[in-house]
Amino acid sequence: MEAMLQPIADFFGPSWIAIWTLVKIIAIIAPLMICVAYLTLAERKVIGYMQVRIGPNRVGPKGLLQPLADGVKLLFKEIIVPSGSNKGLFILGPILALAPSLAAWAVIPFDDGLVLANVNAGLLFILAITSLEVYGVIVAGWASNSKYPFLGAMRASAQMVSYEVSMGFALICVLLISASLNLSDIVTSQGAGRFADMGLGFLSWNWLPLFPMFVVYLISGIAETNRAPFDVVEGEAEVVAGHMVEYSGMTFALFFLAEYANMILVSILTSILFLGGWLSPVGFLPDGFHWLALKTAAILFIFLWARATFPRFRYDHIMRLGWKVFIPVTLVWVFVVAVWMMSPLSIWS
Amino acid sequence: MEFKTFVFYFLAVIMVLAALRVITARNPVHAALFLVLTFFNAGGIWLLLEAEFLAIVLVMVYVGAVMVLFLFVVMMLDINLDRIREGFWSYLPVGALVGILMLVEMVMVLGGSYFGLEAMPAPAAAAESYSNTRELGRVLYTDYVYPFELASLVLLVAMVAAVALTLRKRKGLKSIPPSEQVAVKREGRVELVKMQAEKED
Repeated sequence: MEAMLQPIADFFGPSWIAIWTLVKIIAIIAPLMICVAYLTLAERKVIGYMQVRIGPNRVGPKGLLQPLADGVKLLFKEIIVPSGSNKGLFILGPILALAPSLAAWAVIPFDDGLVLANVNAGLLFILAITSLEVYGVIVAGWASNSKYPFLGAMRASAQMVSYEVSMGFALICVLLISASLNLSDIVTSQGAGRFADMGLGFLSWNWLPLFPMFVVYLISGIAETNRAPFDVVEGEAEVVAGHMVEYSGMTFALFFLAEYANMILVSILTSILFLGGWLSPVGFLPDGFHWLALKTAAILFIFLWARATFPRFRYDHIMRLGWKVFIPVTLVWVFVVAVWMMSPLSIWS
Repeated sequence: MEFKTFVFYFLAVIMVLAALRVITARNPVHAALFLVLTFFNAGGIWLLLEAEFLAIVLVMVYVGAVMVLFLFVVMMLDINLDRIREGFWSYLPVGALVGILMLVEMVMVLGGSYFGLEAMPAPAAAAESYSNTRELGRVLYTDYVYPFELASLVLLVAMVAAVALTLRKRKGLKSIPPSEQVAVKREGRVELVKMQAEKED
């Protein structure tokens, strides 16, 4: 590969590294956008079947072209900027919402060595970048200069800041037992252990010793992406659509893209941190990217399943769950794991 | 120009301009957002200095949490700009004094013979396997564990004090504690009674 690209690299000279990185970025972002488009279709289909409906089936064979039709529709709609709004920030809001959910993909390892930036502090980077996601919602809510968006923005900032804490503690447990902040190392460390030697790799993954953290991370992930049943931010029955009320056309589509890109990000992170990333669950099958894709798809299905199953939480119940249940549980479990690691019973050496 | 120098000037120019806008922007929300931009660029410059842990923590703590709450408060306040401007001239001497002091300190650090580049040369480049996070953690939890724990205790006291100062119990509220609400069992609400069918005859 390197030798094949050498003539092209020589042609571009010192700017080659920038161009080559851009090519890699496009190779990540373009499939991601297609995944986002088809995740919206999958969501409508899955929820449709769960509610004994058929879901979209008019555009293209079996409705498979529906996301394209939706995209074209949103692209050609007029973007209406309310006259009382703060115009610059009104446009900046959706961009701020989408940018961090794309930037976080820089450190996601897809296979052994297949990563855009193999950063040592990858986990910290993810935490820092995802903590910026809340700005899109706040800026959009404030710049709209309207009541419902503002209420939605305030709910969003309180909710996202609260659940970040429990997510952070869950990540501290993962970091403790894998002794690394590098996401690739976290995956490789899950491939070793007593069960992995017996050919039952899936029992060596982090989800088993850190089971409470796995559950907390998954639920906090749903809350962090403002998905049902924690979707009071947009809660259409209460604040119509929260921060998105005043947005139309492509500006609205950006919020939509950001939400689904975030869902995929949280799912792939859960697979990497707790479900062994690209590692194969059993010894006789080879490792590979397809395992990561399968695990991510399974967790995405849980997202959709939860949306079709649970009624929306009330706002004070969300806050209670975050602060009074998850944070104490995670705090205790950090302590338990630390003591476990130092005791003779430690399974991580 | 070396690529690193270019990146430094790129980040530094944005940072200085954003910092200027923090104090010149008329709208307090704009000022807060420019402060976010300043922090973000400062994080970038720290990354260039190979202090990745500090850079990421700056973004995580200040940009991701502190500024969100700050923005939250600024958005809800009804700030009257004219009233704030009234005190400008009376505060100017104090402000100018602080500004001059800071300027003198900066000149001493950057150009003076005590702290200049000759007195304190740049540290040697770190090895390939050097991890800033690991080194900081090692020092923080071994050599400096006592001051570190003390600092965390001080923070905890401040937190408890802030909660204790603002916690008010209001009487006559009709809201129900959610912890009691989720603990409700069916038996407490619905009673199934076995009875004979009523017949009209």
